[in-house]
Amino acid sequence: MAKLALRDIRKTYHAEEIIKGVSLDIEDGEFVVFVGPSGCGKSTLLRMIAGLEEISAGDLLIDGARMNDVEPAKRGLAMVFQSYALYPHMNVYQNMEFGLKLAGMPEAERRRKITEVATTLQLDAYLKHKPGQLSGGQRQRVAIGRAIVRNPKVFLFDEPLSNLDAALRGQMRVELATLHRRLGATTIYVTHDQIEAMTMADKIVVLQKGVVEQVGSPLELYHHPRNLFVARFIGSPPMNFLSVRIVGSGPDGLTVETSQGARIDVPVLAESAVAGSDLTLGVRPEHIVIDAQGTVPGTIRLVERLGALTLLHVALEDGSVLIVQTDGDHGGQVDAPVRLTLLSENCHLFDAKGMALTKLMRHRLAG
Amino acid sequence: MTGSKRKFARIAIGTIGWVVALWIFFPILWMVLTGFKSEMDAISTPPHLFFTPTLESYHEVFAQADYWHFTFNTVLMSVFATGGALALAVPAAYAMAFYPTRRTRTTLLWMLSTRMLPPVGVLVPVYLIARSTHLLDTTLGLGIINLLTNLPIIVWMLYTFFKEVPVPILEAGRMDGASRWQEITVVLLPLALPGIASTALLSLILCWNEAFWALNLTSSRAAPLAAFIASFSSPEGLFFGKLSAASTLAVAPILLFGWFSQKQLVRGLTFGAVK
Repeated sequence: MAKLALRDIRKTYHAEEIIKGVSLDIEDGEFVVFVGPSGCGKSTLLRMIAGLEEISAGDLLIDGARMNDVEPAKRGLAMVFQSYALYPHMNVYQNMEFGLKLAGMPEAERRRKITEVATTLQLDAYLKHKPGQLSGGQRQRVAIGRAIVRNPKVFLFDEPLSNLDAALRGQMRVELATLHRRLGATTIYVTHDQIEAMTMADKIVVLQKGVVEQVGSPLELYHHPRNLFVARFIGSPPMNFLSVRIVGSGPDGLTVETSQGARIDVPVLAESAVAGSDLTLGVRPEHIVIDAQGTVPGTIRLVERLGALTLLHVALEDGSVLIVQTDGDHGGQVDAPVRLTLLSENCHLFDAKGMALTKLMRHRLAG
Repeated sequence: MTGSKRKFARIAIGTIGWVVALWIFFPILWMVLTGFKSEMDAISTPPHLFFTPTLESYHEVFAQADYWHFTFNTVLMSVFATGGALALAVPAAYAMAFYPTRRTRTTLLWMLSTRMLPPVGVLVPVYLIARSTHLLDTTLGLGIINLLTNLPIIVWMLYTFFKEVPVPILEAGRMDGASRWQEITVVLLPLALPGIASTALLSLILCWNEAFWALNLTSSRAAPLAAFIASFSSPEGLFFGKLSAASTLAVAPILLFGWFSQKQLVRGLTFGAVK
């Protein structure tokens, strides 16, 4: 088991910096997810930890030892690739055996380990099969098995589920989470899918353009996004945004006004706020309620019925559209007028630079 | 397209295919036929389509020259040149396919461009080098020159085959602790085997049929089959029957070898099923 520390890690490629100084601590046994849009550098960062990409500057420490110039196999890591990267000319057994053989493990011990891992992953019936004869889910299991048998200190996953169909992805997500709980190994997992990030992570690292935007538990990111980027990226359907202006401030927060004159008291630290300045108000779809007394009038433009809940796309008078989440049995019809109330304690305010104003209250699950 | 039109197109394409195939094959057929004619039949105009086959020419060919000696030389030289070229080309192609630099493409093109030089252009220097290194009329000398002339094509072919191998598989090998040597021999080469086999076959064929250097750098001791054929086109006049019989004997082994490895060759040329 291992602790990892990244100290101002940088990657320069053809004079262009793609990882711009990442510092991060990963605790022993933690499940950390790197998430971000494509091209944000999350895979590159993982490959730098793996030793498949050189680290241009900064230090990578595993259990306190500097690993920058250590061979991939000697770092005590195992990696699961997006394309599985199984050896096509070897059968399942040989695929899992390869690394052990190279490490000089005696035959009997190899056999015992592989049999044990194959049983837990339900691969015992396929040990003689070549990867080409297996389904996507089975290949994925072999790739995971190949990583487990090596008994690594740290598991690295590079978008391991993105080649699977939706149903299988959900199933593998559960399997991976269960496996992590059982093995208790430090895990770094790269994905662009924020559902995978939210459901599996102890800690999420949101990356954009080679910079860490925020590090925190899933609910911390959800309820206390540090900036507009994180607020927009985490959550589906995404957070709604409105332009507002400060009209008053006090110890209980700021009072802001929408372009249509609706006033909302948001409980945030008011220290640097100046009356009259422009802010962005963010509110998640489940924090808007349809309410005859609501201060924000609008018209339903689209109704998405998901069964358990209904998403209403409501156009306001200035043309902006808010997504409102209501229960599955809501009777809203297209073109019907509605009035909305924004639950002010759940609203977020972002300054002109896109940084969130600190909320007065922490969410009770956000840590 | 209607059914009958499609059928017509298929027949037309089939016909064109057969015409082209026969066009290419005809000289070989004619050579084989002429080898079984008497010298009189062989030079008669118009040529006789029907004749009494005879082994006369073959008897004379075997009586005049030691066929097995030439064949042995050819096999030895071709295998040496092919093996040597592969040994040099695998690391080169590996480096170019997996660690390309800005000049990789240019280097590949430049290497291929050396094939555009007519060999006769460097005959004198090559001959002089071979003479002063005592490589004239040796299998080693002829092997080296064949190795070098084929090297660009072999690097180029291996490069394209290696490019088809998914990089993550090699990276997985590295993560599993494979050294560079193991990465190449245990992971890459088995994956690229069909491609390597077809490259080797092509190299063997090129070496086998190479005549210019064979005639200029060897005389008797190391003379390959190309020289065997040439020895029957004598200044005393051409004996087409014998010449054809000798040619047939010279190409037969490589033709049969190519025939048997055809499956491998086709697999190599339609490589890409490893993913």
